[in-house]
Amino acid sequence: MSKPSLELKGASFTLSVLHINSSDLTAVMAELDSKLAQAPQFFLGAPLVINLSAIQHNDFNLHGLKELLISRQLVIVGITGATTVLSKQAKDLGLAIVKAGKQSTTPPPAPRQTKIVKQNIRSGQQVYAKNGDLIIFGAVGNGAEVIADGSIHIYGALRGKAMAGAAGDPTAVIIAHSLEAELVSIAGQYWLAENLQQHSSDKSGCIRLNGESLMVESLPL
Amino acid sequence: MAQIIVVTSGKGGVGKTTSSAAIATGLAMQGRKTVVIDFDIGLRNLDLIMGCERRVVYDFVNVINGEANLNQALIKDKRCEKLFVLPASQTRDKDALTKEGVGRVLDDLAKDFEFIICDSPAGIEQGAMMALYFADIAIVTTNPEVSSVRDSDRILGMLQSKSRRAELNLEPIKEYLLLTRYSPSRVKSGEMLSVDDVKEILAIELLGVIPESQSVLKASNSGVPVIIDQESDAGLAYSDTVARLLGEDVPVRFITEEKKGFLQRIFGS
Repeated sequence: MSKPSLELKGASFTLSVLHINSSDLTAVMAELDSKLAQAPQFFLGAPLVINLSAIQHNDFNLHGLKELLISRQLVIVGITGATTVLSKQAKDLGLAIVKAGKQSTTPPPAPRQTKIVKQNIRSGQQVYAKNGDLIIFGAVGNGAEVIADGSIHIYGALRGKAMAGAAGDPTAVIIAHSLEAELVSIAGQYWLAENLQQHSSDKSGCIRLNGESLMVESLPL
Repeated sequence: MAQIIVVTSGKGGVGKTTSSAAIATGLAMQGRKTVVIDFDIGLRNLDLIMGCERRVVYDFVNVINGEANLNQALIKDKRCEKLFVLPASQTRDKDALTKEGVGRVLDDLAKDFEFIICDSPAGIEQGAMMALYFADIAIVTTNPEVSSVRDSDRILGMLQSKSRRAELNLEPIKEYLLLTRYSPSRVKSGEMLSVDDVKEILAIELLGVIPESQSVLKASNSGVPVIIDQESDAGLAYSDTVARLLGEDVPVRFITEEKKGFLQRIFGS
């Protein structure tokens, strides 16, 4: 089958946005010229979106602005943030009306941080490793709780509760030198002590999620 | 600088007060100037065990509130001149203990004494927290049974997180295990946890093992710290414990059943 002669695909581009804060074009152009003088090559033929959200009155000389920008070899792609009347004018001038995408407010996910605890976790104590793995050099006592969004490694006996993948990560594991836990849980699937005893004969082991249920793997120690 | 030692356990009835009295008396008998403070406000017992209940005029809470000075409240032991008792108040409750008040009293005592023994109440509330807050050394008194071990584990967590040393990021409290009411024959028959079991779960240094003994109750009832009774196993075991606390290396006794074999009987052991 031959390739179609055209395809329509969505893509996003980064464009410079020129915010116009004043309707005094002479002042605007004076400031723009001084900016352009700093890096003339950079702005040569640069596609620009004009943001008019600061201009609230309708007698703004959009046509004049367009001419002035073109005369400085800037390519106007469209306008945004304009009032309805100005948007209409822009359409008549052959400019596209673009809607500004929402500024992404969520920061990129923080890198996983491993939390290392070099002591025994005593009854009644709780340790939570947010966004990462938890490593414990010591034992986790009866009545203690260790929780991690990632995996949990215990270089000692696990006698209390361990909850890995607390934020829902199904690939998290719990590894303990001695599995005597009250409860183990991965991404919400849990076993009580008796389930654990049924499934494990070894003292040490790795608990992971196999589909919907937990399983114990022995460690190659 | 005085060493502040808290005798604590979480669980009640495991022998904190008996141990506090015995260890304080033992330290004083070794020539160390020692004061033992009853933190069990409202359920005062230490004075009974120490045999000084008839001489209590002012108490710990009076001193904290500034109603009496330390010298008025401290009771000098009749048997040992280096030993003093600061009794608890029987009419107040644990909220009378404030961090500032307790800290001030301990600071004053520290100028005069070599060892300050704090006899903690049971539980993990205000009284117990105040008893352990200023400690340098903790003697965690534990019976060889699961509930006591778990409560001790809880208290160890508190020592590591709620004490002054933890809050100020100083060197952590030195934690010792004191296993009391130990009965080797019941361990053998599987009714009781063994020393090794408890050591493995709590993972702290063993300071001493006190065997279950008739002499403890007898001593308590007559108001004589059991360590005075050097005929009894418990008294000897407390003496060993005090020696270890002072840095001596003493082997642990009374943890195996006392059935002497023929050879042992001849050569002694």
